[in-house]
Amino acid sequence: MTSTPERATWAEDAVAAHAGSEHLRTEEQVLERIERARRRRPRVREERITLAHGAGGRATSTLIEAVFLDAFRNPELERLGDAAAVGIGVGDTRIAFTTDSYVVSPLFFPGGSIGDLAVNGTVNDLAVSGARPLHLSAGFVLEEGFAVEDLRRIVDAMAVAADAAGVRIVTGDTKVVERGKADGCFITTAGVGLLDRSVVLDAGAARPGDVVIVSGPIGDHGVTVMLARGDLDVESDLVSDTAPLHSLCADLLDAGGDGVRVMRDATRGGVATILNEIARASGAAVVVDEAAVPVRTEVTGAAELLGIDPLYIACEGRLVAVVAEERAEAVLAAMRAHPTGAESAVIGRVAEDPPGLVLLRTAFGGTRIVDVLVGDPLPRIC
Amino acid sequence: MRFVDEFRDPEAARHLARGIAELCEPGRRYAFMEVCGGHTHTIYKHGLEDHLPDDVRLVHGPGCPVCVLPMGRVDDAIAIAEHDDVIMTAFGDMMRVPGGHGSFFDAKAAGADIRMVYSPLDALKIARNNPDRRVVFMAIGFETTAPSTAMTVLRAQAEGLENFAVFANHVTIIPAIKAILDSPDLRLDGFLGPGHVSTVIGCRPYEFIARDHAKPLVTAGFEPLDILQSVHWLMRQLAEGRCEVENQYSRVVPWDGNRRALEVIGRVMELRPWFEWRGLGFISHSAMQLREEFAAFDAERLFDVPGVRVADPKACQCGEVLKGVLEPWECKVFGTACTPETPIGTCMVSSEGACAAYYNFGRFSRARVRGATLLADPVVMRR
Repeated sequence: MTSTPERATWAEDAVAAHAGSEHLRTEEQVLERIERARRRRPRVREERITLAHGAGGRATSTLIEAVFLDAFRNPELERLGDAAAVGIGVGDTRIAFTTDSYVVSPLFFPGGSIGDLAVNGTVNDLAVSGARPLHLSAGFVLEEGFAVEDLRRIVDAMAVAADAAGVRIVTGDTKVVERGKADGCFITTAGVGLLDRSVVLDAGAARPGDVVIVSGPIGDHGVTVMLARGDLDVESDLVSDTAPLHSLCADLLDAGGDGVRVMRDATRGGVATILNEIARASGAAVVVDEAAVPVRTEVTGAAELLGIDPLYIACEGRLVAVVAEERAEAVLAAMRAHPTGAESAVIGRVAEDPPGLVLLRTAFGGTRIVDVLVGDPLPRIC
Repeated sequence: MRFVDEFRDPEAARHLARGIAELCEPGRRYAFMEVCGGHTHTIYKHGLEDHLPDDVRLVHGPGCPVCVLPMGRVDDAIAIAEHDDVIMTAFGDMMRVPGGHGSFFDAKAAGADIRMVYSPLDALKIARNNPDRRVVFMAIGFETTAPSTAMTVLRAQAEGLENFAVFANHVTIIPAIKAILDSPDLRLDGFLGPGHVSTVIGCRPYEFIARDHAKPLVTAGFEPLDILQSVHWLMRQLAEGRCEVENQYSRVVPWDGNRRALEVIGRVMELRPWFEWRGLGFISHSAMQLREEFAAFDAERLFDVPGVRVADPKACQCGEVLKGVLEPWECKVFGTACTPETPIGTCMVSSEGACAAYYNFGRFSRARVRGATLLADPVVMRR
């Protein structure tokens, strides 16, 4: 008790890195200083990868920007969209190109399997980029001892999902690793789609007055997978929302035309993460009305139990669209007319102030920030 | 959702807010401390301060068990977890808490087997399923979680499990409140009593606060209307010149506490002579350890922990924030060197910590947003 205490040197270093800022007196000045600090170039502080780096929140974006983007930097990648838009050297023809890996646990859950996710997830990345999905590749990493019967079930699900989405799986790869070096089955899919519409979709295109729409109740997938793991000993009738969004996106674009600014599918990190990307890219505020956000009772209940916010829970068949006010009514009607978007709802608007932030008007009548997710208590949801 | 929405009704909130505003004496400023981190979380999550008059301020107290854990204890836990045969189990809140040499997340990435559990009974299950490993539960929390830790130790003993141990960091709330009341730079008009702790200890232990320190206390529930109503009760006491302990959370909190829970704590644990609190320093008789007869389940006795004290970084002002002397944003490193992704102080780690709650939920100028015209309009097209 009397010995000289150690000092945490990393903490002293962190403080030194931010030294020099004068002592500020007003809350407003402090808030501005914080926003400046948040805009600084991201740096990976950890010596090793932690689960937080895969959670879709701030640690993931730091890793992407500080490691991957730093090494691969090019204009297509810099947009960090769901899919890259690239020319193929034939006239003005442009394609959307995307890839995604699937490590969900358990492999089978109410409403689907890793196979459904692997097809729908990649189809959706293409669809929300405004592309018509065409072809997919599928790479499998299998663990020694994995049941062939389970692999068949997964692959059959992929075939059905590909049919439903109107895409073909045209190339693939298989690797097997020793027992214990993977967890049954991991899948990576890539996809290409044709960008045959003139509309330009970009998270930075949102502007004050625009309307924010979500295509149905949020968080079903994440909660379903969590309950399927059995850690919580809670039973429910909830099923995953995994679904292809290509035809909903087509109807949405037909109805909204140039008035559609952004479409994103709300997967890892949930709706909150998408809204933060939109706010940050556009330099505007996104103001969400908590009472207007559709969430099923079972999801609200599970979220209350776990102390997490449904806005951060992954969906696998829900999109967020930002639409110019004058087209919002037509877009909402078109979405509701589509079976996948029957429960679409307007959840908020884009505003001017405070720039770059997502604000929530709580059902209780207050206001708070919805920030980028920091950690994730729920790994391997997709 | 039934039984939840009723406690979040904005109309009832406005009614209570009017009641609070009517009780404000012109020119007087009021400061109430919510002792419990669960309250802090509710206040920020629901934007509750928007309902309060400008002259009524809520001060966030030390009742977040993660926030008061000193860095040295985290290092000790990691040293235990680094044994090859050990599975360390902890609540999710613990994972990002920084020690002198990194957090549980960092230790896990470096190879330690650290698993998140929702209850100490889950840790027991892991012990049963892994008879060749030693399973240690990182026990944290106030009197709220101590009974479940104690019950788990008793169950392990009854089952004859030899590979289960507890690293006890349980703290007690009353000495912390005393430390705050004795702090000379404190200006408080009353307390919101911690609801969950009170389900175990009841309301009687708070009576000295009203009697000896002339501060009213209302034990409050965790829904936003509970908190607003408790503030209203505090204001009513002040207006009527009363100074008492009142129980707003009577649907859960018995005045005399939960006798069985207290008994089971007493059977398994005893007070430590002293314990270090992050930011508050050493407080005597403020924490619990396993009794001698349960030494076989006590990780502190089974493992050789370094037990090195790690000083709080000089720039960190967690102590002042925990005592309510500083607002989170007044701390010199708030939001720049210290953020939720790279926390220096523990107040920035847990979602119940005052700094994390302010950073995550409240980091904007309320005055400016209130004044913004777009927010005055209905946000959403109603149809």
